[in-house]
Amino acid sequence: MEFVKSNIFLYGLIAPAFILTLLFKYVPMYGVIIAFKDFSYSKGILGSDWVGFKYFEKFLNAPNFELIFMNTLKLSAYGLLLGFPIPILLALMLNQVRREGVKKNVQLILYAPNFISVVVIVGMAFVFLSPIGPVNQIITWATGHPIVFMSDPDYFRSIYVLSGIWQGAGWASIIYVAALAGVDPELHNAATIDGANLLKRIWHIDLPTIKPVMAIVFILSAGGIMAIGFEKAFLMQTAMNLPTSEILPTYVYKVGLKAGDYSYSAAIGLFNSIINIILLVFVNFVVKKLNEGEGLY
Amino acid sequence: MNIKPTRMDKVVLTINYVLLYLAVLVILVPLVYVVIASFMEPTALLNKGISFNLSDYSLEGYKLILSNEAMLRGFVNAVFYSSAFAFLTVAVSIFAGYSLSVDEFVGKKFFMTVFVFTMFFGGGLIPTFLVIKQLGMLNTVWAIIVPGAVSVWNIILARTFFKGIPRELNEAAKVDGASEMLIFFRIVLPLSKPIIFVLALYAFVGQWNSYFDAMIYLDNVKLYPLQLVLRSILVQNQIDPGMITDRTAMAEMKRLSEIIKYASIVISSLPLIVMYPFFQKYFEKGVMVGSLKS
Repeated sequence: MEFVKSNIFLYGLIAPAFILTLLFKYVPMYGVIIAFKDFSYSKGILGSDWVGFKYFEKFLNAPNFELIFMNTLKLSAYGLLLGFPIPILLALMLNQVRREGVKKNVQLILYAPNFISVVVIVGMAFVFLSPIGPVNQIITWATGHPIVFMSDPDYFRSIYVLSGIWQGAGWASIIYVAALAGVDPELHNAATIDGANLLKRIWHIDLPTIKPVMAIVFILSAGGIMAIGFEKAFLMQTAMNLPTSEILPTYVYKVGLKAGDYSYSAAIGLFNSIINIILLVFVNFVVKKLNEGEGLY
Repeated sequence: MNIKPTRMDKVVLTINYVLLYLAVLVILVPLVYVVIASFMEPTALLNKGISFNLSDYSLEGYKLILSNEAMLRGFVNAVFYSSAFAFLTVAVSIFAGYSLSVDEFVGKKFFMTVFVFTMFFGGGLIPTFLVIKQLGMLNTVWAIIVPGAVSVWNIILARTFFKGIPRELNEAAKVDGASEMLIFFRIVLPLSKPIIFVLALYAFVGQWNSYFDAMIYLDNVKLYPLQLVLRSILVQNQIDPGMITDRTAMAEMKRLSEIIKYASIVISSLPLIVMYPFFQKYFEKGVMVGSLKS
């Protein structure tokens, strides 16, 4: 009896989280079926007519499908390629700083941009890179004419990825710094006596220590390869840079909420999620093979 | 035992420091530039860029920002949304995290699976929007603070923290005849200040910096949080004409728009900048709790 009583209280504690999850996570999952229907308000989700894969086919045959799909892929791959190693390097470098005070201050500065909003980050990119901004003042002084960065499709990806690294790399290194704190200093001492120099010790002691963490971070970021941030891409979009800046999430927004084509938009969104899940499973499989059976699951 | 570094190691260490300080500079220079630029006289900034001549400085940017109604209302709204959101998030996560940390809790596995599954699959933008709409939450404060309040990550963070509290405390209290409820409120909660603090901080900052939910769920300009107001100034380049009092039109607009942007960046980041150094040890703790165990 006592057991039931105590559990009732625990059910009460978990209830808010459970109800909110059902309402705002699971009900929308059920709502995904509108991707297979011709959704109309008057008929509701259940009452609308089934149309099968009509909207998926429509998207796959759309003239801009390849462009948007490749844009999403390229932007993510670029971000992953640069964004994955840099935090690891930062952590390894921070780990060599022996004076605690210096280390704390450097970390304090490196983490700071993570707390700036994406609106402000993009806003800073706009003011810094504007034709009359500081970067162009230097470029104009050197070459005579400014570069119109924000409306040039050739620069979109680099601005997106590099500003992302500027903002996030320091913060992303925190997890590796934590893992490196677990390295036994005796290992380093023993290796030094055996004649290993610093670089060798980093390679043979520090890197293997953080390998499991690296694997997990890699799986998670690779699994999200198509799920790149809507928020930033949307803010950075201008009519001129659309050839490279239109990606699946921004397209879903435009088709769905702007144009009101709910079913078509939901289909594109579902297409995006499915690719994500496939990538996650695939990358986890590969990493498991390479990482002595250590994967995310 | 400490072994002297070799000459080769010293070279590597020096390069290490140089690169690290370079990274620090890359972060600091743009930030410092924004702050200095925000204090400059608009014409001087436009013509000369950053200068170190005292007469080129003015508070004009801040005067314009602080007299702007949309900006102030956005600020007040953001404070309200962020506080309410943080309160709700902390309550939901702490409650759920605690129950999931109790070994004897029947159904623990089931609830955990329900939560974790949402990390991998979601309904997406349109179905979620339709739910919010059906619930009549469009254009209300609820759409901003309720749907995002439950986060799997936070629940796991809280659960991990509670698992770290020795169970002997609970056992002892139980022997003394305390109910699970009494134990939670009298013993566990007072010990939970660090995790409450971490979760509240994350939630507050997250909400303070977000614009997307407000953009899709709110139509009423009066409800806009700061980031949406900032978006129109910084990104869409829509400087509210009311901001510029003497109406010398375009030329004046252009002259002032840059300075308004810099000043608004500083003002909007101010609360976080002030909080930031005090909280460093807490957010590191939070990340570590989350990363090492789960």
